[in-house]
Amino acid sequence: MDTTLPSVGSQAVIDFPALSALVSALRRRGYQVIGPTVRDGAITCDAIEKIEDLPIGWGDEQESGRYRLKKRDDSAVFAYTVGPQGWKRYLHPPELPMFEGKRDGEAFQILRNPPSPPQYAFLGVRACELAAIRLQDRVLIGDRYRDPAYQARREGAFLVAVNCTQAGGTCFCVSMGTGPRVGAGFDLALTELLGAGQHSFVVEVGSKTGAAVLAEVEHRKARKEDVKAAVAAVDAAASQMGRSVDAKEVRDLLFDNFDHPRWDRVAARCLSCANCTLVCPTCFCTTVEDITDITGEHAERWRKWDSCFTDGFSYIHGGSIRLSVKSRYRQWLTHKFAAWVDQFGAHGCVGCGRCITWCPGRIDVTEEIREIRGVASPA
Amino acid sequence: MSAVLTAAPPALPPQMTPVRVAGVVKETHDTFTLTLDPPGEEAAGRFLPGQFSMLYVFGVGELPISISGDPGDSGRLVYTVRSVGKATNALVNCQPGQWVGVRGPFGTSWPIEEARGNDVLIVAGGIGLAPLRPAIQHILRHRDDYVRLLVLYGARSPKDLLYRKELAGWARLPDTQVLTTVDYGGVNWRGYVGVVTTLFRYVRLHPGRTTAMICGPEIMMRFVIRELEKRGLPDADIYLSMERNMKCAVGFCGHCQLGPYFVCKDGPIFPFTKMRPWLDKHEL
Repeated sequence: MDTTLPSVGSQAVIDFPALSALVSALRRRGYQVIGPTVRDGAITCDAIEKIEDLPIGWGDEQESGRYRLKKRDDSAVFAYTVGPQGWKRYLHPPELPMFEGKRDGEAFQILRNPPSPPQYAFLGVRACELAAIRLQDRVLIGDRYRDPAYQARREGAFLVAVNCTQAGGTCFCVSMGTGPRVGAGFDLALTELLGAGQHSFVVEVGSKTGAAVLAEVEHRKARKEDVKAAVAAVDAAASQMGRSVDAKEVRDLLFDNFDHPRWDRVAARCLSCANCTLVCPTCFCTTVEDITDITGEHAERWRKWDSCFTDGFSYIHGGSIRLSVKSRYRQWLTHKFAAWVDQFGAHGCVGCGRCITWCPGRIDVTEEIREIRGVASPA
Repeated sequence: MSAVLTAAPPALPPQMTPVRVAGVVKETHDTFTLTLDPPGEEAAGRFLPGQFSMLYVFGVGELPISISGDPGDSGRLVYTVRSVGKATNALVNCQPGQWVGVRGPFGTSWPIEEARGNDVLIVAGGIGLAPLRPAIQHILRHRDDYVRLLVLYGARSPKDLLYRKELAGWARLPDTQVLTTVDYGGVNWRGYVGVVTTLFRYVRLHPGRTTAMICGPEIMMRFVIRELEKRGLPDADIYLSMERNMKCAVGFCGHCQLGPYFVCKDGPIFPFTKMRPWLDKHEL
């Protein structure tokens, strides 16, 4: 075993059993390891204690409004494409206590005891998801104000990214320029190599912490052919995209087509169920709930995920601004592909395809944009 | 790139401070003015005309409310609140001595610097006069910095008029014109009747030397802008205060989006040049 510390930017190879050592190394360092696991007929994110928790040998089929797990005839760990949940639920939790209040005569006290969040290690962050984390960074810690709750979770997190070697039916990261090869921001990035009696991972070191963790795992220096095989595997995924979108000047396209008849047609199919916003790895909107106990002496404030598809979202005295489903869908799509550019300097969509897969109305953002562009859908 | 380099690093959002209610004055049948004791932190008491705070009633809820007090009256925060729902109702029913939570102040201000040397035209509808009052008071405190002060104010009925004594007082000041109109006058009303735009025939505007500040329902603001454009006021001299649902006031919750803007941090006061493409969009 090579005992010198791998350098940032270098590549190594670990064999399949060493994945177990990687999980152990992270756990030894105090990380709570979160990774993919099969639950309720889908691959979701949850605590990983041993590699048997990972979706070994599982793949999936995704289409608009359809998700099915599928047993593979190999023991691939990361050959699935993204499931309904991303890392958002850990970095930007669906429910978060903001403060407790205690009545004190006519006055009251605000007690802030934010529980210190666990130090997370995310295992299996895909390129689109890493891009989504960078987008949420921009919104929640990179603008005028920073959200201390997000910051505490984000700064301590260790990211093991995974390059996709298999794209899904609703993927379009290539169109959004976010994948399938992971961009900046990971500690370690894996590319799974499988076949010819071998099962290994090419590991790219993205940070000093990543190097230190890798040093605790049995690895060897990557040979030229390992790197070449990894590049080929990711290139193969890039050529398998199930969807594509022409993102060129899409901001102006949507802002200029506020009254396009397509909005009425999509509204006729949209249930306003908010699934797309909940599975979206970049959607960040929240609401607050102020509650008291029955004595009225104790109050709490909770922050919860919210969705622009609810009628309460835009409520001001006298009624909601966006009463129609049409206006809510338009707000969501236009925010992702247009307003986000003005607000944060990038598209708010990373092309993960979750909103397409998990839409019960089989609405497909790539199709909607194509229709507004006036381009015929591919047969 | 230089804009990125000079931008302040992201700050922690201001935290909620419990503050004692000093007084509550009934303005109309449904609208009350709350005066709060100076908050412990001095910064929380300083504000610019047009800015707003988040006001929290213990256990009930939190709301964005424009500051309606005199920015020159240091420390004390004043809010005029119309009771339209659970949280506003709880706010206006606060008794002196009770405490409320305050976050802020947040948002952009009326263009009191840009307007120096100009006539200032204030156009308000209903409760929209409240966020404009600090601008009026600022102008009156720095009277020599501005030329004429014109206030056009429309309300539903005489019983809905805010700050009636103050309006009468401002009207008596030199170089100041205050015109009030109501939608429904009733038998004892001797003033103007009609929407606020009907008052334009009684004022003479000097385009290019006038800064307009407008706050009211969006439909009203649209018609006011139409009048101003008819009279040749450049878009760049027109400012509006916009309103949207707001939960956080610091750009995280997403509720206050209006086209490409967040009303909490890009507004609530916008130059019309920014609002022009969005103001006539229904359900934006």
